[in-house]
Amino acid sequence: MSARMRASVKTPIRARSVVGRLAIVAFVAAAVAFWALPMLWLVTAPFDAHPGLDVSWPDWTLDNFRKLSENPYAFSSLKNSVYLAVGTMVGVTAMAALAAYSLSRVRIPGRNTILYGLLLLSSIVTGTAAMVPIFQLMFALNLIDDRSGVILVLTGGLLPAAIFILKDFMDATPKSYEESARVFGATPLQVLRHVVLPIVRPGLATIAVWALVNVWSDFLTSYILLRDPTKLPAGVVMYTFYSEGGQANLPLISAFSLVYALPVVALYLFVNRRYGFRFHGGIKS
Amino acid sequence: MTVTSVDAAGLGRRRAVGLVAPALILVTAFLVVPAVWTVYLGMTDYRLTGIQAANPQFVGLENFRAAIVDPDFRNSLWLTLLFVLGSAIIGQTVAGFALAWTLRSVPRLVRGGVEALVLLAWILPSSIVAFLWVAYLSGDGGTLNAVLQTTGTEWLLEHPMASIIVFNTWRGTAFSMLLFSAALGAVPPSQLESARLAGAGTFAQLRDVVLPHIRGHVLTNTLLISLWTFNDFSPYLLTAGGPNHASETLPVFIYNKALYGGQLGYGSAISFIMLLINLIIALFYVRLLRERR
Repeated sequence: MSARMRASVKTPIRARSVVGRLAIVAFVAAAVAFWALPMLWLVTAPFDAHPGLDVSWPDWTLDNFRKLSENPYAFSSLKNSVYLAVGTMVGVTAMAALAAYSLSRVRIPGRNTILYGLLLLSSIVTGTAAMVPIFQLMFALNLIDDRSGVILVLTGGLLPAAIFILKDFMDATPKSYEESARVFGATPLQVLRHVVLPIVRPGLATIAVWALVNVWSDFLTSYILLRDPTKLPAGVVMYTFYSEGGQANLPLISAFSLVYALPVVALYLFVNRRYGFRFHGGIKS
Repeated sequence: MTVTSVDAAGLGRRRAVGLVAPALILVTAFLVVPAVWTVYLGMTDYRLTGIQAANPQFVGLENFRAAIVDPDFRNSLWLTLLFVLGSAIIGQTVAGFALAWTLRSVPRLVRGGVEALVLLAWILPSSIVAFLWVAYLSGDGGTLNAVLQTTGTEWLLEHPMASIIVFNTWRGTAFSMLLFSAALGAVPPSQLESARLAGAGTFAQLRDVVLPHIRGHVLTNTLLISLWTFNDFSPYLLTAGGPNHASETLPVFIYNKALYGGQLGYGSAISFIMLLINLIIALFYVRLLRERR
């Protein structure tokens, strides 16, 4: 109503659109400043001969990376992170694919209840809310300070959402392919391996990347379950670098942050170029 | 649901159950068992060390009674509410929608650049972004002070709650931005066009054309980001709950009490309260999801 009335008053549309453009430019500039300013340090400090907490044009050097390579925990922690991330990724992708496939194709009694129950469970029993009982459980299983224990906990936490997403992919693949393969005498597991898995490869890639990024940046699970400094992943070692008393070793911290961040940035660039970072069907209203 | 699910691959029920089993076993062991265990542990005086470590006593609802009168717990509950309200329901939703809305009408290159920044803030490891913010907010040459001309302000000590709220808005807006840009893509351009021709301003377009189309998305987004923010542990990496409990949200409170302070029984009782709150949010969400299928 009010809109129609205003139209009859003939607002100078040209003038309003100029103001609109200016508002958009101002907002975008503010957003860039808000998101970029905290990240600048990560770009300048690692290459500065004397990094402080400020952002300044660096006094160029690669010496910080040499110091980093001499630190006994830096390299081992990155290796540990790779181990945890790859282990969890393989476990989650493989188990979720098998479970999603059979839930998609066979009518197991209570299938929908299982699916929604799983999803509900993983949103409720988060690593944070359940840190005390998980610590207790791992203590009872004698898995404290054991990297496989961390992989098990992380895998259990990521599986429900992975199954849920993969089942959508499996549901969308036509069953006629499998039927023809069966006609030519393929066994059910051959059908799974040679027909179904190649078709749902984009779904598997999504889950794999998602699990990888999740575990790579995980802090809490390893922080509560691991003790031995040589077993800690990069996320926890990074925290100990700056939280333990005394003067923070900024040359080390800055170089380490950059090295630890690079795989995520690379993965982002890869995914963005290949698939584009968009929600398509996955999360519908 | 009409199920015409002829078992196309000829798996058979038994093999199908076999394929689901490994996943179900892991999920049971690491999600179901801990959840149930919380209920039991929450009713004991279990401690990490001392007599109660070897021989915990059943204390019934004592831990819950203690929680209700514990000023630290009540403080923490209040801070968590502020954190979720400020950084998720207001911060991420408003920023995410504003970005999704404005980025439709800027050049592709600018759009890509801004989205990349917001997404990086979301996917970089939490201990890196936490340190970046420690440096950014530091009183000793931090960039924020340089920008605002407020030399020497220690933001994390002087304004800890405001700091972690702004931090989490920065950290998590990407999800709302992605969700809302997908939602806005589904709004028929013809309707926006005719509203504009009828002289509707931006606000009127948003209220009368856009909102009815994306109401479901707004609800989904609010529930999910509230759940995640409620369970977010990264305030610990910035302030460890301090100074003097001033930014001790519930997850940090549980860590400090149970795993650092050793009061596992009491910590479990608080964990149980957290699980209940998660359950309420998640039930809403799953109901929404089922209705829309």
